[in-house]
Amino acid sequence: MVTEVVMPKMGYDMTEGTIVRWRKDEGDEVARGEVIAEVETTKVTVEVEAYTGGVLRKILVPEGQTVPVGQVIAVIADRDEAIPGLDKEPRADKAAREVKKAAPRPQEAAEAVTTAEEEAPRIAASPVARRMAREQGIDLGQITGAGPGGRITKEDIETFLARRPAEGPKPAPTPVAAARAAAPHDIPYEDRELSRIRQTMARRMAESKRVAPHFYVTSDIDMTELLKLRKGLNELVGEGARISVTDMLVKGAAKTLQEFPEVNASFAEGKLRVYRRINIGVAVALDEGLLTPVIADCDKKSLREIAQEAKEVVERARTGRLRPEDFTPGTFTISNLGMFDVEEFVAIINPPEAAILAVGSVAPRPVVVKGEIKVAERMRVTLSADHRVVDGATAARFLQRFKVFLEQPLHLIT
Amino acid sequence: MGERYDLAIIGSGPGGYVGAIRAAQLGMKVAIVERDRLGGVCLNWGCIPTKALLRNAEILSLLRRAEEFGFHFDNLRVDFSVAVKRSERAAAKLSKGVEYLMKKNKVTVVTGDARMAGKGQIRVSEDGTETTMEAERVLLATGTRPREIPGVAVDGKRVITSTEALSLPEVPRSLLIIGAGAVGVEFADIYGAYGSAVTIIEMLPRVLPVEDAEVSSFLEKSFAKRGMKIRVNTKVDEVTVKADQVKLKLSKEGKQEEISGDVALVAIGRIPNVEGLGLDGLGVKQDRGGFIEVNAQCETSVPGIYAIGDVVGGPLLAHKAMAEGIAAVEAMAGIKTKRPDPSKIPNCTYCSPQVASVGLTEEQAKESGREVKVGRFSLQASGKAVALGDTEGFVKVVADAEYGEILGLHIIGPEATEMIAEATMARTLEATLDELHHSVHAHPTLSEAVAEACLAALGRAIHM
Repeated sequence: MVTEVVMPKMGYDMTEGTIVRWRKDEGDEVARGEVIAEVETTKVTVEVEAYTGGVLRKILVPEGQTVPVGQVIAVIADRDEAIPGLDKEPRADKAAREVKKAAPRPQEAAEAVTTAEEEAPRIAASPVARRMAREQGIDLGQITGAGPGGRITKEDIETFLARRPAEGPKPAPTPVAAARAAAPHDIPYEDRELSRIRQTMARRMAESKRVAPHFYVTSDIDMTELLKLRKGLNELVGEGARISVTDMLVKGAAKTLQEFPEVNASFAEGKLRVYRRINIGVAVALDEGLLTPVIADCDKKSLREIAQEAKEVVERARTGRLRPEDFTPGTFTISNLGMFDVEEFVAIINPPEAAILAVGSVAPRPVVVKGEIKVAERMRVTLSADHRVVDGATAARFLQRFKVFLEQPLHLIT
Repeated sequence: MGERYDLAIIGSGPGGYVGAIRAAQLGMKVAIVERDRLGGVCLNWGCIPTKALLRNAEILSLLRRAEEFGFHFDNLRVDFSVAVKRSERAAAKLSKGVEYLMKKNKVTVVTGDARMAGKGQIRVSEDGTETTMEAERVLLATGTRPREIPGVAVDGKRVITSTEALSLPEVPRSLLIIGAGAVGVEFADIYGAYGSAVTIIEMLPRVLPVEDAEVSSFLEKSFAKRGMKIRVNTKVDEVTVKADQVKLKLSKEGKQEEISGDVALVAIGRIPNVEGLGLDGLGVKQDRGGFIEVNAQCETSVPGIYAIGDVVGGPLLAHKAMAEGIAAVEAMAGIKTKRPDPSKIPNCTYCSPQVASVGLTEEQAKESGREVKVGRFSLQASGKAVALGDTEGFVKVVADAEYGEILGLHIIGPEATEMIAEATMARTLEATLDELHHSVHAHPTLSEAVAEACLAALGRAIHM
């Protein structure tokens, strides 16, 4: 039987993928479920498995090439089976041609984006308005449409753009223009290709800072009890299932979010979208960039389950073996730079979430207790919150409650 | 004290009667004043009867090439008077239709000449008697009439306007048409088909000067092939009426010439019907051409007095008047609305081949300082056009290079006036080339050419 292998869709916003490596050559036997290729998306490297067994008869997309989701990348068939169309037409070449053609054409790339966007929350806007918004980095949710039924038209975008310099930051110059401006001719430089993960990170972080008005609230937390508890727990569970400070922070954040659903939310289409699941992303720094695999339903999982899952997911992230389910949309993110001896820092919100918690190191520091200076294990956390969704007092109360959970850590295991 | 109305509409052309119906739907008590026939120029002396005559011309042209299709006529007899009667019947039928619609919507129809005597005061005179009515608001929808050449009397025999051209007693052997706008070329088509030797004289450099230059030049060639003489960049200096002839003195780039024919049709544009309305007394502002000035809600400089359609200028089109009639009445009712944007109003000329367009010409788009992408698709490559035996024409799209917005779409060819609806929708929705070519077009249809033109603009037409 002739089976076409297509570029898989590994996430709701995946539109294309790059073949990193073929693990099998043309003519190799493949078993059902066997990994035949590695594909890089904007977020992650994933493995493509054969859905049927047979012989990998034809590789249609060479390594290093990017093709849209759904495009045929290989053909599996019996060894001597005739493959219709394949002999007549060099499809690999054709695919390559198409990709090459697509690259210099923003027009066609934009079409792919449009398709992806249609799955996002629906905002009534004209095609031209959508395209302008996309290219100018405008969140359509910020705009009130003057067209029929509140439809956003070109005129609305133009009005918004005309007002923007006065009210908000100017649109960031395009990367090309910025690079030109930033590189005086007499300084030697090299231009490095960005990995797709980094491209995504650059786009999303810039968009977040531009669109979401950030504010920051910092709290200093006594970690003495938590460290004691962790020590005790780890003696109990043994080496293989050790619980990290981050795991306990995830649990603490989940419990706090349960009490503050408005922080477990997004600003969407001018409304507050409160999520019914608590999915916490944990930022993991990799050489290729930053990844935030998500642990789903943290409120429903025990500390031990969270620890186990976090260990696996971080390991998969480090080895580039993340699975699509690791990219369940998150509702909150924790970024811990404590291991780098950072006392405190502020993080950029991971859109469309409403807040991110930046965690510094746990270290003995002097504190005043009942008028006396004492030394205690302290940790500073800073919550960055989207002011469209969360106000200052809410953020402050959130941290207050979070602090209670960590300073009285029995809460985390009850 | 006369009868009181929420709204008095002066003029029952397409703008007026449509506005009346919409006002009635919104619960207003409406009166409409008409001095002649319900339906105005459009129904009685314009769009409708000319389309009836053009249909005759189309059938006749087809019959003349019937042998191509295997039909042979030994003695094809052509009776122009029946064509005229048919067009009159069409007009009368639709005028009756408007009468019915007024009745159905409980709109009071008042016959006579209307004059605004003061704010909210309208005097209607008919045959010397005058009645008064009061209206909260007034909607002026008085339209336009053919512009005449100063010093040249329209006698209805040798020198005529479009009105007389509808019902000539016989087909003139030779017809001189002054003005190559929509009216001029449509009558050129009609009388050309019926055998008149047609000469078209246009002051501007091309026929249908509002259309894209490529379309104009295509039409000019098509007409020339049919044996018409077309003189552009040519001025008419003098018109002399003789007993059995009319003589025109022409000048082109300083060179003078004299031509003569049986009949001269003056089709050099239209002027607003504003006389006797009492505009000055109320201070209603007009522009230099006499057209009434209005804002985006069709309200004039005097609050409570609105104006729509031809009398406010802009493209002189029935569908523009209808859209404005609705907008004006809705604005009165407090509904948020705007006059239609002229760049989203289609322009149609029903000659053969038909011409239709919406939005900017290539030249206008470039003048606006934009980078543009242009795509063309010839009907020679259209399966449907080939099957019809009617491949004369093309579709041309003008799009913004940055965002792909359809800025203008121009069609010349069979059914162009029906095909333009898709492009108008594209303009209204602010569609880009992508939506237009992604939208699946039935095969075989002429409208496939629209999608192909869009693909051509992106450098990837399929059938070309």
